[in-house]
Amino acid sequence: MTAKPDKYDIVIVGAGPAGSITAKTAAALGSDVLMIEKRQAIGDPVRCAEGVSKPQLKEHIEPDERWIAAEVKGSRIYAPDSTSVELSEDVSGAEVGYTLERKLFDRALANEAALAGAEVRVKTRATGVIIEGGSVKGITAMHLGEECEIRADIVIGADGVESKIGRWAGIDTTLKPSEIETGAQFLVTDIDIDQDFCEFHLGASIAPSGYLWVFPKGNRSANVGLAIGGDVCHQGNRPIDLLRNFVEERYPNGKIIEIVVGGVPTSGPLEEMVTDGLMLVGDAARQSDPLTGGGIINAMDAGRIAGEVAAQAISEGNVSKARLREYETIWRERHGKRLKRSLAVKNRFVTMNDSDLNKLVHSVEGIDFSTMTLFEMLKVLVRKNPRMLISLGKLFV
Amino acid sequence: MIGVNRYKCGYCGACVSVCPIGAVELVETWVEIADDCTECGTCAGVCPIGAIEVLK
Ligand SMILES: Cc1cc2nc3c(=O)[nH]c(=O)nc-3n(C[C@H](O)[C@H](O)[C@H](O)COP(=O)(O)OP(=O)(O)OC[C@H]3O[C@@H](n4cnc5c(N)ncnc54)[C@H](O)[C@@H]3O)c2cc1C
Ligand code: SF4
Ligand code: SF4
Repeated sequence: MTAKPDKYDIVIVGAGPAGSITAKTAAALGSDVLMIEKRQAIGDPVRCAEGVSKPQLKEHIEPDERWIAAEVKGSRIYAPDSTSVELSEDVSGAEVGYTLERKLFDRALANEAALAGAEVRVKTRATGVIIEGGSVKGITAMHLGEECEIRADIVIGADGVESKIGRWAGIDTTLKPSEIETGAQFLVTDIDIDQDFCEFHLGASIAPSGYLWVFPKGNRSANVGLAIGGDVCHQGNRPIDLLRNFVEERYPNGKIIEIVVGGVPTSGPLEEMVTDGLMLVGDAARQSDPLTGGGIINAMDAGRIAGEVAAQAISEGNVSKARLREYETIWRERHGKRLKRSLAVKNRFVTMNDSDLNKLVHSVEGIDFSTMTLFEMLKVLVRKNPRMLISLGKLFV
Repeated sequence: MIGVNRYKCGYCGACVSVCPIGAVELVETWVEIADDCTECGTCAGVCPIGAIEVLK
């Protein structure tokens, strides 16, 4: 191995889906890229329910059976009184379709980045950003206990929910407790579930200001998890407690072979995702969907746009905020409206009690959703419940 | 003082994202709290597993 330079065109912090797609895209366009990851194994531990839409995933990568754990046909949504509605995969398809094996998926993406020419360093944690003349010029990092400096024309923070890169560069990424869903999940096995359907359960006693999910993972197993609003989380009522109750009751003979905990931003995207010499992508830019908590595809989309803009900016020799803002503009054009809508629905959803939720699900019982998109389904809900959803009317015309 | 029970923590980073002053750091498999922590307890509030708390 040759000695590694400590100056790159682009340094990317974090090797999740956002980081790896950014690295792959920029490296393929000829930039000199380094991606660092603080963990010693990319993708592990998992903090995700691993559900993605098939068509959206295929826009980024050819599905590979090595990292697809299961495939579903649709979803069932359960009201607090257990009434349910069924959505076919095309509808819920916005969020489900495949259950991934994220440990392997994240690794496969990092491998693609490496094959495209990016350098990767694991067990390397960013500890600060270098700012000179008002512009970000690189990072300080720790690798195997040794401090080092890595210089780069552009630093890209793909450092997930716990992102510090933005804060260090003067972008306030702090989430309020109400702007995070905090969750726990068990991989439960040896249980009898319908492997063809994802389940979503609503209700204040099950998952206040959130929902519980059951995502089939093949072989008599499923990701059973829930997330609740960070502002309603307290001692004795934490995700882990609520989940234990549900699993003990529903799957008394199930065996738990993995515990996952995590938080997902539900604030809606940052007002500013770039500054001079710096870009934020994925959960670091709070791009996850405020309603569903889904963030894998959003992170990958952001990575692709950011990688393209960063590589162009490098070849033009202009990494100013004004230049890098093109990424933010394109990203907002593609996702801004949808996430704004999601945020509005979420803000209404968290104020609903069990009787509201029952009414909502009853109002659409028996309706055939099999040809509708998620947006169309929400539109039907608003139309059927004008009084309850009055604040959302304008968003669904 | 803020205490993190590292035998319980699942190193998910949720606590890091809500600290108003950036005093929490998820190193790799443990959480460190910087000296400028104001003991506001925000981090403890959102922990999914109850691994971080304000110690009296
Ligand atoms: C309980 C739960 C369930 C979820 N379920 C789903 C789901 O079913 N479908 C879906 O689409 N989304 C889901 N999400 C959201 C999804 O997991 C995230 O949106 C997605 O992982 C974001 O990708 P990312 O690359 O931005 O960040 P991450 O995947 O979090 O990657 C960030 C990486 O940066 C590294 N890092 C952080 N700081 C540093 C540093 N200083 N130096 C070096 N490396 C650093 C981290 O170790 C990590 O590997 C869920 C989230 C949670 C918590
Ligand atoms: S929120 Fe709790 S489990 Fe997650 S890193 Fe912080 S202390 Fe650990
Ligand atoms: S108690 Fe408040 S200041 Fe201290 S680490 Fe937690 S959130 Fe930050």
